[in-house]
Amino acid sequence: MNPVPTGSAPGRGGDGGTTTLVVHVENKAGVLARVAGLFARRGFNIESLAVAPTADGRFSRLTIVVGVDAAPMEQVVKQLDKLVNVVDIEELNPAASVERELMMVTVRADPSIRGQILDLVRIFQATVLNVGYDEMMVSLTGSPGRVDDFEELLRPYGIADVQRTGKVALSKLAKTAPDPLAP
Amino acid sequence: MNGGQALMKALENEGVDIMFGLPGGAILPVYDPLIDSSIRHVLVRHEQGAGHMAEGYAHATGRPGVAMVTSGPAATNIVTPLCDAYMDSIPLVVVTGQVPYAAIGTDAFQECDTTGITMAVTKHNYLVTEAADIPQVIHDAFHIATTGRPGPVLVDIPKDIVDPKNPRSAMEWYTPDSHDLPGYRPNVAGDAELVRQAAKLICEAERPVLYTGGGILKSRGAKALLELAELTGIHVVTTLMNRGGFPDDHPLCLGMPGMHGNYTAVTAMQEADLLVALGARFDDRVTGKVGEFAPLAKIIHVDIDSAELGKVRRADVAIQGDCRAVIEDLVRALREMGGSEAQPDRSQWRSRISGWQERFPLTYEQSRNDELLKPQFVLEQLRDSTPDDTIVASGVGQHQMWTSQYWKFNHPYTWVNSGGLGTMGFSIPAAIGAKAGRPDRMVWAVDGDGCFQMTAQELVTAATEGFPIKVALINNSYLGMVRQWQEMFYAERYSEVYLTRNVPDYKLWAEALGCAGLRVESPEEVAPAIARANEIDDRPVVVEFRCEAGENVFPMVPAGMSNSDVVVDPSQRDRPR
Repeated sequence: MNPVPTGSAPGRGGDGGTTTLVVHVENKAGVLARVAGLFARRGFNIESLAVAPTADGRFSRLTIVVGVDAAPMEQVVKQLDKLVNVVDIEELNPAASVERELMMVTVRADPSIRGQILDLVRIFQATVLNVGYDEMMVSLTGSPGRVDDFEELLRPYGIADVQRTGKVALSKLAKTAPDPLAP
Repeated sequence: MNGGQALMKALENEGVDIMFGLPGGAILPVYDPLIDSSIRHVLVRHEQGAGHMAEGYAHATGRPGVAMVTSGPAATNIVTPLCDAYMDSIPLVVVTGQVPYAAIGTDAFQECDTTGITMAVTKHNYLVTEAADIPQVIHDAFHIATTGRPGPVLVDIPKDIVDPKNPRSAMEWYTPDSHDLPGYRPNVAGDAELVRQAAKLICEAERPVLYTGGGILKSRGAKALLELAELTGIHVVTTLMNRGGFPDDHPLCLGMPGMHGNYTAVTAMQEADLLVALGARFDDRVTGKVGEFAPLAKIIHVDIDSAELGKVRRADVAIQGDCRAVIEDLVRALREMGGSEAQPDRSQWRSRISGWQERFPLTYEQSRNDELLKPQFVLEQLRDSTPDDTIVASGVGQHQMWTSQYWKFNHPYTWVNSGGLGTMGFSIPAAIGAKAGRPDRMVWAVDGDGCFQMTAQELVTAATEGFPIKVALINNSYLGMVRQWQEMFYAERYSEVYLTRNVPDYKLWAEALGCAGLRVESPEEVAPAIARANEIDDRPVVVEFRCEAGENVFPMVPAGMSNSDVVVDPSQRDRPR
């Protein structure tokens, strides 16, 4: 007799995907260390992290992309919520949010191939920030997937330096006004 | 007013009557207004002792324990009690001194990053930067420590903001009337619909067990638990953290489950079709191999900390809320469904339980003529010769398990121990803290010889500050629990577990520390020595019981094994399960 347990322990397996959490915290010294420390000691994995104060300067907004491989998201959220300085946590649904990332990249660009780079810059509506004798610095703001594509296309030319900000995101806005007669 | 005076006034306003500590450079300015304060300060001999005393006080009284120490090494010395309190959800407020604010980060003398070090072992901590923040921070610290899932809060205070010679310490006193904690909203009430679902599951269960943990004691929920058990007739297991939360003498009490729990408690959970987990967290020492724990059971899980719900075992009904409040709601819901009349006939289950109790009681063999004492015998004698409401504080190891097994806990808040962290050396300072909180009670520390050697110096504190605790030293000359594991799992290859038989001389040591010292070697001396110790009330007493080294704690679920594979006492191994 080997009955199947009614409730199984939450597993630590996953599909290698990520989830985006928007975490509002009090804008106080050491709060980022508390969040990062919690991730470290509970074995959760941060893929990227963007932090800045909100319009209300008492609070900061953290956009954390979490590897869902390491831990069940429910545990990540509940443990985060226990931090006294964490005010609220929102799990962003990619389909219902607008995501953006900024990339700055320095790419090899001999005068002979500069035109090809400029073609890509035009197609992606990127911006040339600086030009050297054999390199160009360009930036692109877009959805993380589009930024990936741009980086991929530049790679064969030789990327000398690249800095991505990590993803920031906001929920999509309502498309219809609420029915004033609704209960 | 200056920051140091404000700190003392803020502590007084929180109702602090006693604190445990040891002064030093950075906290010096606060020890001056302490002289004029109504708060009693107990001068410890090591900062770890201050932390465990504060824990013992909190265990015994339910009020937050308070400790105050200086910066640097004092702060690091109190990290162990902070972690202990964090694991066992003990409300503490610990004040540490810090180097002046401008010196922070310069590797100043006795500087350490106290808030950084303690971030992982506190519910919350503060580095106070302005004297004017002190009243609010102390008010918030007590609120955080004592509400929701209780825990330790550390407040780190730079010297300049409490030093009257420094202009940065000047401030205007105010009494905070609210909390500035936008991210802290502890939830108390359980969801009414979930409570109804839980009540329904209870009414359908044929083999239910109430699996009760420290949340019962933390929520002052022992009475509510008794009502729930008696209304439903469901048996109760009391984890190590809830010994005393349900009377051991009650016919529905099955005692402690887990690695060294008794056979019936372990097996009843394993065979149950419903576990009602109340303020318990499915700790690995309770579940054994978690995938094979209580395989037939549906789970109702009540905890004030939502992160515990589903952390280890998915619950069928998970209720976030204060244990007592939810149990009271549950009792109401069950009454509405018909009360005890609505409970199914569980006579078969009850007879299985009583069968296990008859076949597998706790047992040991009394020592033969040439043998030293059996620790279980000592604990039975101690249990039977002390008042029913005696507070027992224990260290960690074999003696802890035997105490939990053999004591009869019939009152809440009589068991003080280190559960989650398993901190050796806990018992003596914790017993002092318990005695400080409950001077009306007899307080016995049950300690092992390994533990005793870690914190014995606090007996000086007990002797000089007037806390006549009693210590039952179970001396088996070994780090006994480690020795047992080496015997059972490392082919009897004993590695660094022998502490020697005659060094130190505990009787002499006790006397040197300002205590009475007694030594007992034969069974007939045990009861008279305990009687003698009970009579001594003008100083602490240490009774050294010289015990057999080879005694093992049974039952035992070896680490990583299923609870179905519990190893019983050798004398019971041929009995049918």
